[in-house]
Amino acid sequence: MHGIHLTIVLAPLLAAVVAGLFGRQIGRAGAHWITVLAVGLSFVLSVLVLKNLYWDGGEPSNYNLYTWAVSDGLRMEVGFLVDRLTALMMVVVTFVSWMVHIYTIGYMHDDPGYQRFFSYISLFTFAMLMLVMSNNFLQLFFGWEAVGLVSYLLIGFWFRRETAIFANLKAFLVNRVGDFGFILGIAGVVMFTNSLDYATVFANADNIAAQNIEVFSGTPWNAMTVICILLFIGAMGKSAQAPLHVWLPDSMEGPTPISALIHAATMVTAGIFMVARMSPLFELSETALAVVLVIGAITAFFMGLLGIVQNDIKRVVAYSTLSQLGYMTVALGASAYSAAIFHLMTHAFFKALLFLGAGSVIIAMHHEQDIRKMGGLRKYMPITYWTALIGTLALIGFPGTAGFFSKDLLIEAVHESHWEGQGAIYWIGYLSVLLGVFVTALYSFRMFFLVFHGEERMDKETKSHLHESPGVVTIPLVLLAIPSAIIGWFTVEPVLFGEFFKEAIYATEAHNVLARMGEEWHGSEGLVSHSVMSPIFWLAASGAFVAWFLYLKRPDIPDKISQRFAGLYTLLDRKYYFDDLWIKGFAAGGRRIGQFLWHKGDELVIDGMIVNGTAKTIAGFAGVLRRVQTGYLYHYAFAMFIGMTLILAWLLWA
Amino acid sequence: MIGLEHYLTISAILFCLAIAGIFINRRNLILLLMCIELMLLAVNFNFIAFSRSLGDETGQVFVFFILTVAAAEAAIGLAILVVLFRNQRSINVQELDSMKG
Repeated sequence: MHGIHLTIVLAPLLAAVVAGLFGRQIGRAGAHWITVLAVGLSFVLSVLVLKNLYWDGGEPSNYNLYTWAVSDGLRMEVGFLVDRLTALMMVVVTFVSWMVHIYTIGYMHDDPGYQRFFSYISLFTFAMLMLVMSNNFLQLFFGWEAVGLVSYLLIGFWFRRETAIFANLKAFLVNRVGDFGFILGIAGVVMFTNSLDYATVFANADNIAAQNIEVFSGTPWNAMTVICILLFIGAMGKSAQAPLHVWLPDSMEGPTPISALIHAATMVTAGIFMVARMSPLFELSETALAVVLVIGAITAFFMGLLGIVQNDIKRVVAYSTLSQLGYMTVALGASAYSAAIFHLMTHAFFKALLFLGAGSVIIAMHHEQDIRKMGGLRKYMPITYWTALIGTLALIGFPGTAGFFSKDLLIEAVHESHWEGQGAIYWIGYLSVLLGVFVTALYSFRMFFLVFHGEERMDKETKSHLHESPGVVTIPLVLLAIPSAIIGWFTVEPVLFGEFFKEAIYATEAHNVLARMGEEWHGSEGLVSHSVMSPIFWLAASGAFVAWFLYLKRPDIPDKISQRFAGLYTLLDRKYYFDDLWIKGFAAGGRRIGQFLWHKGDELVIDGMIVNGTAKTIAGFAGVLRRVQTGYLYHYAFAMFIGMTLILAWLLWA
Repeated sequence: MIGLEHYLTISAILFCLAIAGIFINRRNLILLLMCIELMLLAVNFNFIAFSRSLGDETGQVFVFFILTVAAAEAAIGLAILVVLFRNQRSINVQELDSMKG
């Protein structure tokens, strides 16, 4: 298996290097062929790995390939831990990546940076695989930073656009905040266990939890709580949880394929994956879990609300992504790690589908992204329409779709989990995800109706060119629509209630809600047939109905509502002023501190006093001293004589 | 009776005259050279006085060396002086201040 694992990782890297460095030699077609083939190979091999681990009963492998450095007993190694959790992530990542590669052939057809783009997305696939397949914290951090780097490069792919440069810098800086916490968390792990290896650290987890750490002297905190919260800050940055979510909507400045691949399906779920992987640590700190749950709940509900007022087709989907990431985080906080990973998987399919569908619409609309200028696209783009419908239904959790299984059971798991003395936190989590269902349905169908139904609001010029996108665009849509529609049916039972993740994910007896739910599990058919009795279904249905009423039946009402509740509308339109907090508060504050240090510290003290001050003092002193140098011979002779007399006197009497 | 101290006193007076000549003279470079010669003679005077007083001829041999070197030095000094005059059209000490800082 080692050779297979290595091939899965290195094939995309090789393709990225070839397409990136020799793009001119191999040409546009060469660039897309080599990367599509390499990622396809990774996908096929990943499926083989999953098959071996699940159906053939293979053992998880955990081995080191290469020792990079040994420092004071701390081994820094490159190695792979491939269990079912990893294998599932590998399949999801490579599949979505593969679809996006194919889609890109159509989407970026006329772009001058064609080879560069393929190189980047292949490099991303490599980095993401390194992240999920890692067996130690250092390699995890490498993958973590590498995906962040590629994300930065791709958001700013159109680097002549000022907004894109702003967005990629913002994404990079906000992620630094998260990564700072993340690396401190890793440092904490090393401090207590002197090891970076997952297996060693997890074996010592009880040991860490038994110790205290004084971050501020005098207030001892549980070491595990501190470490877990620090690690989770990293996840908040990468998985765009409030208040570090601000970079994700702006990242939509990048080309649509990468919004689908990186900012919806894979990279942003790295934080979710990481917390699930660290479940043996998080399980030992209820405080950390409560933090995770509350942050997730805030993100799930409030970011969903923002989706309702957005008019850019990609930004609506971006806020939907934020909200769904919040759902996953809530599930993590409720110790339902498998539910989070399951939702991650289904979300990867239907959100990639929605993004690629949005991209297909954008191609047809000649890069117009405002949904107020669309409408009635259904008859022009039938394949996009039907696949987008499947994606939207999966997103709102229509019974039977993939999203239904993951979201319904996720909410159920949050409902089931109530711990001693944390009633309020539990209610926040449950209410957020429950009301979030209504909000999700509202913004999803608002966008759907505005784009595909209703009157045609585009100008004549655009309208005359409307047509369905080419095959390379629609085939990935169809291939993603299939799992979005049906994958829940047969995966839900093994993943959530079976022993699929038994080696990978750990939940203590008291926290293990999924095990409790499993006792009352009656199969997928039972869940679907009972779905009409649950509040979740009716909330989703009412959301869809409200969207239909407001945007198709009476399109005059939304404007009136926004005028009536102008204050609320402004709050949502300004995204709760989070951008102002970060940009005008922290970024501008940082700049002001920088200006102060520049003018006062650097220019005045260092340049003015230390550097130029020294020179000026010496020059002034020399100006006095030069008067001594008269140039007259007798003055020199006199000085010599006086000097000699003094030396003689000193020798005689000293 | 004329003793060692008288010779040494003469020599010291000569030396001081020479130094005063260097300081006070601000006109003529030749005078400067003469003063330097006078200082050497004062030193020679000491050598001879001590040599006689201690009964050791080494000091007198030394004086011959000094006289030889002084002669050579005077020759070179005068040569420099001639070149200086050719360039500056003056041997006035007060005008020679090109080393002024």
